[in-house]
Parts: sequence; C-alpha cells; structure tokens
Amino acid sequence: MIFLVFLVVVVLVALWVMGMYNGLVRSRNEVRNSWGQIDVQLKRRHDLIPNLVEAVRGYMGHERGTLEAVTKARQQAIQVTGDVAERAKAENALSQTLRSLFAVAEAYPDLKANQNFLALQEELSSTENKISFARQYYNDAVMRINNKIQMFPSNIIASSFNFQMEKFFEVEADAERQAPQVKF
Amino acid sequence: MWELVRANQRRAATLVVLMAALLFLLGYTLAEALAPGAGAGGLFIAFLVWIGLTLVSYFKGDSIFLALARARRIEKRDNPVLFNVVEEMSIAAGLPKVPDVYVIDEAAPNAFATGRDPQHAVVAVTAGLLETLNRDELQGVIAHELGHVANRDVLYMMMVGVMMGTIVLLADIGGRAFFWGGGRRRTSSRSGGQAQLIILVVAVVLMILAPVIAQLIYLAISRRREYLADASSAMYTRYPDGLASALEKISHSTAKLTVATRATAPMYTVNPLEVSQRGLADLSSTHPPISERIRILRSMGAGAGLKNYDEAFRRVTGRPVGVVPFRALASAEQRPAVPPGAPDAGNRLERVRRTTDMLWRLNEYTFVACACGTGLKFPPAYVGREIACPHCGTVHRIQPTAA
Repeated sequence: MIFLVFLVVVVLVALWVMGMYNGLVRSRNEVRNSWGQIDVQLKRRHDLIPNLVEAVRGYMGHERGTLEAVTKARQQAIQVTGDVAERAKAENALSQTLRSLFAVAEAYPDLKANQNFLALQEELSSTENKISFARQYYNDAVMRINNKIQMFPSNIIASSFNFQMEKFFEVEADAERQAPQVKF
Repeated sequence: MWELVRANQRRAATLVVLMAALLFLLGYTLAEALAPGAGAGGLFIAFLVWIGLTLVSYFKGDSIFLALARARRIEKRDNPVLFNVVEEMSIAAGLPKVPDVYVIDEAAPNAFATGRDPQHAVVAVTAGLLETLNRDELQGVIAHELGHVANRDVLYMMMVGVMMGTIVLLADIGGRAFFWGGGRRRTSSRSGGQAQLIILVVAVVLMILAPVIAQLIYLAISRRREYLADASSAMYTRYPDGLASALEKISHSTAKLTVATRATAPMYTVNPLEVSQRGLADLSSTHPPISERIRILRSMGAGAGLKNYDEAFRRVTGRPVGVVPFRALASAEQRPAVPPGAPDAGNRLERVRRTTDMLWRLNEYTFVACACGTGLKFPPAYVGREIACPHCGTVHRIQPTAA
C-alpha cells in the first residue's frame, strides 16, 4: 500500500517535471524562431537599401553626406557578427540614417512623384514595421522565458537543466522613441 | 500569447462537448418518442449528420465561404500596401505563415478571416475598407482578423456553428415527423405506458428548447470572441486607437454589404446585417455593440496589453468578469501603447485610385503608363493594336499579351 502511494507520488512528480521542462523548451524555441524572423527582415532591409540609394542618387546628388551615411551604416550592420546587443546597436544606427534620408527626401517634389521611389519607400517603411513587430514578439518571448527561469517553481527545473537567460533586442532610447517627423 | 490560445482551446473543448451532449440527447429522445426502441438509431443518425457536416466544413468551409462572399485572391503586386500590412500583422501575431489575401468588390467597409488553422488562414477585405481606412486603421482591422486566426476562433466557431446547425436541423425534422406520423404512433405504442409518455414530453421540450439554447450559446461565444480579437488587435499593433478609429469610420458608413447572409455574418469584423441599428445589441446579436467596442478601446489609455484591455472592458461595461481567460491573464503583463512609426500611405484619393486599379487588374485590364503621367487601362476585350492617350494624344502600341 505504502509502496503504491509512493509510486503515485513519483509518477505525479515526474509528470510535473516533464510539463515544466517542455514548457521551458517551448519558450526557448519560440525565442529562437522569433529571432529568425527578425533576421529575415534585417536581411531584407539590407537588400533593399542599394536599390533605394540608386533610385534617389539622380535627384539628390548634393545630399551626398546623407547617402554615404546610409551606405556606411548598412555596411556596418552587415559586417557585425556579435550577439543580440551588438547587432541591435548597428541596426538601430541604420534605422536612424534611413529616417533622415526619408526626411530629406521630403524636400524633393520630383522624387516624391517618382513611382519607383514611392514603391521603395513603402517597402522600406513596411520592412521597418516588420522589424519592430518581430522585435516586439521576440522581446515578449524573451520576457516569458526569463520569467520562467527566475520564478519559483520553474526556476528549479530551469537551473537543473541549465536553461540560460535570453537577451532583449533593445531599442536605443533617443533613436527610436522619437516618431519620425514627416512634414507635408 | 500561447497561454491565450491554450485557454481558448480548453474552453472550446468544454463547450463543444456540452453541445454534442445536447445534440445526441435530442437525437436519442426524438427517435425514442417516434418509435420506441429506435433510440440508438436516432443517435446514429444524429452522429452521421453531424460528422458529415463537420467534415464538409472542415475541408471545404473556407472555399465555400469565400465563394459565397464573392472574394477573389490577390497577389502582392495588386496591392502592395495591403499585403505589407497583412505581413506585418502576421509577424506581430507570430503566425507560422502569412495568410492568403482576398478582396471583395463591395463599397461597404468590412473584413473577415477564415481557414481551419493558421496554416490555411485567409483574410478578406472589401474594396470599401481599403478606400475608407488609412494605414493605421487598416492595420487595426487586419490585426483583429489575425487575432481570430491566432486564437483559433475560426475553427471553433465553425465547429460550434455546425453543431448548432445540426441541432436546428434535427429539431426541424423531428417536428415534421411528429406532425405527420405522431398520431399513428400514439395509438400503437400503448404498451410503453408512463415511460413512453415521459420520453414524449422530454422530446417535445428538447425539440423546442435545444435550438434556442444552442443558438444562445453560439451567440454568446461569438460576442466574446469579438472582444478577444479586439484585445489581440490592440496587443499586436500596440495602438488601440487605430482599430477604434477604424470602427468609428465603419459605423458611420451607410453602405450595406450585399454578399453577407445570416450564415456568414458572424465572420465579419462588424456585423454586416445590422447597419441601421449598430448601437443596439441583445442576446440575438453575433457582435457586441460597436459603440461599446470603441469605448473600450479608447479607454485603454496608454496601455495595449491583454491586461489593459481586460481592465478597460470591466470599466466600460461595469461587468465584474473580464473577457480574457484567467490563465492567459496571469501571464499577460501590461504593455505600453506605441504610436505607429510608418508614414501614412497616401490620402483618400490615392487609396481610392490604388483600390480601383487593383480591381481593374483583377478583371484583366491592361495598363499602359503614358509619358504625360496618365495611366491608360483597357479591357481584355479591346482588339485594337494601338491606343491614343486622351490627354496628350501620344499613340501607344499595345503588346499582344502572351495569354
């Protein structure tokens, strides 16, 4: 009888540990998948930028500084091969230069009537949106797994199976918080 | 998000089992009352009808629905802005695949989502919606629809809807059988005595009540799911004012959706059949009153999380229990609202032009861009080899199309 009770308790504990462990694995996979989504969108942005620079060069030749800043920021963002925090920094810098490029473009009515430019602008601003929504999803996933790793009782399972805290994709405070000031 | 989906699935399973019990009880008692001893047969017939309808709606439900709404599939080149918004929102919702995009050539602004699971999801919008809403508002509406997809509402409402349909159908068949064959049975089954009489009474009561109960359950779930999709929309976009202002514009529109029927109405963002009485809603509505939905979204203030929506819901409606399932709420932190970053994609005139161009293209019109800035469009039936621009008079040669 006592043996039976013992057995039931052992099975229940095993099931509980299994559930907790699977929950942690699911959360970790969610973090990885959502990082993949950010990665896809960042690459897409890198691919779009040369087209944009090409399209605007003819119109804004004497804005050379702005164009070079964009090209340089893109180059740096491609080359960075660090962890999440380093990539976030490089990509945020790129967002910043793109924003100033579009702000400058407002002063060129010919450019704003160019269908090719408008299509590229839509693509790029949508890619910006996709990056920020992917980041939003990623950060939510990171928060979920970090909570599980730190909170009782899942922290016991997390530490015994060596689950690591994940890093947030941070937004640089002054760079991202200002909504782009587009004047018409 | 995961917690919300799972809490929804648990709830769904419970209600489906409850309704199934109601359905089988009805099938059993009806058959038993009509012919003593035939209860098992009745059960079997009820089961067959239900399985048949469920299979059809599971595999063919979305295509039937899209055909009924006269929706047509579009590609990215037909309307890049709409496509981008759908892609953005499916990333925010964490869907495994970007849903197919369909448009309906209708002036009434509305939208719906269908498809049995996120892998087969479809989102459809009317041309009126594309013309009326700016980008942030469109984003709110698409996020609401993808909220239905992510929360598995489409499958759930389909299952419950089929169950309700079967119950109504069985009650109807039973009623007819009683009317035509009841008299004969009553005289021949005297031997059953009191037990038979009880079965008869239960059958009649069930026949009258079951369809009503089933419909009330269905409608209550449907309304609740609308609130939840609004909550999801606010969470995905982090901007509840977008959906609120979209709902305001939609509620001011007087155009009526001609392709909506009673069967398809619950699937839309706002109830397409209640154009004249959108302030009202009672137990017979598939959707909550639109003014209430707007008030809840507007009173979320600076928050955009599920928790913020739940608080706003309780504040506005005065109800003690919110709409977000408890287990999902426990893990749903408050989220700050973030104003949208993307510039608005053009004014109303540009949106109308973009939408009509998309519809022309769907009807296989050919487009020629003239150097003077005019866009020429002509129908597939046009047989001429060249066309003159009505503005500048330049004559364009038409490339014979490969098709």
